[in-house]
Amino acid sequence: MGKVFKFDKDVDTDQIIASQYLLFPTIDEMKMHTFESLNGEFASKVKPGDFVVADENFGCGSSREQAPSVLKALGVKAVVAKSFARIFYRNSINIGMPVIVSKELYDVVKEGDEMELDLENGTITTGGATYSCTKLPAKMQEILDQGGLIASLDK
Amino acid sequence: MGMTMAEKIIAAAAGVDACTAGDIETVTLDRLMSNDGTTHLTIDMYNNLKHPRIADVDKLVWIIDHNIPADSPKTAASHKKMRDFAREHGITFYEGEGVCHQVMMENHVRPGELILGADSHTCAYGALGAFGTGVGCTDYLYAMVTGTSWLLVPETIRINLHGKLRKGVYARDLILTIIGRISANGANYKAMEFVGDGMASLSMADRISICNLCVEAGAKTALMEVDDVALDYLKDHGREPKAIFKSDEDAIFSQVIDIDLDEIDPIVAKPHFVDNVVPVKECEGTKIDEAFLGSCNNGRIEDLRVGAEIIKGKHVADKVRFLVVPASRAVYKQALEEGLLDIFMEAGAMVMNPNCSVCWGACQGVIGEGETLISTGTRNFKGRAGHKDSFVYLASAATVTASAIKGYITSEV
Repeated sequence: MGKVFKFDKDVDTDQIIASQYLLFPTIDEMKMHTFESLNGEFASKVKPGDFVVADENFGCGSSREQAPSVLKALGVKAVVAKSFARIFYRNSINIGMPVIVSKELYDVVKEGDEMELDLENGTITTGGATYSCTKLPAKMQEILDQGGLIASLDK
Repeated sequence: MGMTMAEKIIAAAAGVDACTAGDIETVTLDRLMSNDGTTHLTIDMYNNLKHPRIADVDKLVWIIDHNIPADSPKTAASHKKMRDFAREHGITFYEGEGVCHQVMMENHVRPGELILGADSHTCAYGALGAFGTGVGCTDYLYAMVTGTSWLLVPETIRINLHGKLRKGVYARDLILTIIGRISANGANYKAMEFVGDGMASLSMADRISICNLCVEAGAKTALMEVDDVALDYLKDHGREPKAIFKSDEDAIFSQVIDIDLDEIDPIVAKPHFVDNVVPVKECEGTKIDEAFLGSCNNGRIEDLRVGAEIIKGKHVADKVRFLVVPASRAVYKQALEEGLLDIFMEAGAMVMNPNCSVCWGACQGVIGEGETLISTGTRNFKGRAGHKDSFVYLASAATVTASAIKGYITSEV
């Protein structure tokens, strides 16, 4: 079980991690600034296994891979959104962070709710109800399963 | 069945006869651009590989443009890492030469190429009939090591342009109008292809500006047919096309949009979304603290000429900062020769070195709490130009310059 942190539609990658932190030497030095503009307490409150739940077009804007990387570094188990912007979606899979499309979840959960994600079966359980989520395309599932794109280079 | 321009470029790069939207193809890339926004992280990942290697170093182009000159010791360290690695491996390297996409257009991009850039605005290269698309540093590293990447072949939205923009209306107004119409994710995963009789009146500067901003509608790439305007630009810059593609008559488009250029008005995108567009007159009078003329979208010589003509003999409003940032060293030198920089300086503007400047909100000219910027930059997201509680309006070079003179948003001087 993890807690839900909820965000609106069109959350751009500048909100996830602002430009002024991107040239910091490491992701660890950036991560405490995650979602600073939208929820100043996010980085200190989020715990490993928690979830980000959002409306449409999550992760639009800049191609900065630091955006999914800081979420992963903080232990976010998955981002569940009605839809994702293309580059964020691809970057997340590439670094091995699940991004799940669910058209229903955003409308039924609220900030702080507990939820569980079963990646293998593609289901989310919260508030006593179970919701199915959209499967990843096979190519992306394969990348995620091997632990990200770089893993294939080390074979 | 006919193929779109996007499908043809991908098929050629994949070494297959044909491909269709929805297919996944492994492509051999022509060029790989990366800038200081993420390259320090790419290098760290590279150094952690079990078998670090570069498939074809001649295809790599690295450009320091976002935070140049460095604004802090941390930035300086990240730049040094990039500079040292480029030197050690013999990577084509630019520093302080201009915003990455302008440097790429001036020096590298050729029609028919498939280019990955570790920057979302890589779609600008479509102005020369090249398939450019933005990636993160993991995709970049994979491509750097293998020379390849996998691509989901995109559907294409075809945009037919008719007629001609009226005087005082610019490419920026056109593309903001289109983004406003289809929304910030209206082209997510898709290619946006621009064709029609209206293309003839659009300069290369206009075309780069249009293609560059397509990612703000979510587009994977933007594409334009290669015509005499594009070929003249290539020739002027000493290059030849790799290949010239255009969509077949019977190609399948996911959507076709017709735009009458004569009907476009001066537009602003209001905070905090690029698709939040209204006619300038609806924002007329909104007080500004800073104006910015520059970026990969509108920092070319044509944009500086527009601004200089408007501000010549006039002055920036009291207590307003006006930043003028040519998009490249070549643009800077030409503006110097044409006397444009003198005009801006006389008018009280700050003319700065070519870089991404306040468009990306971490370099120079950032705005403080409660302040308002009008900008030819690419984005107006919350906090994009500095403090999280500040406001960015996007507009053409003309509207930005007129607003700098008046101290409030206007397209009239």
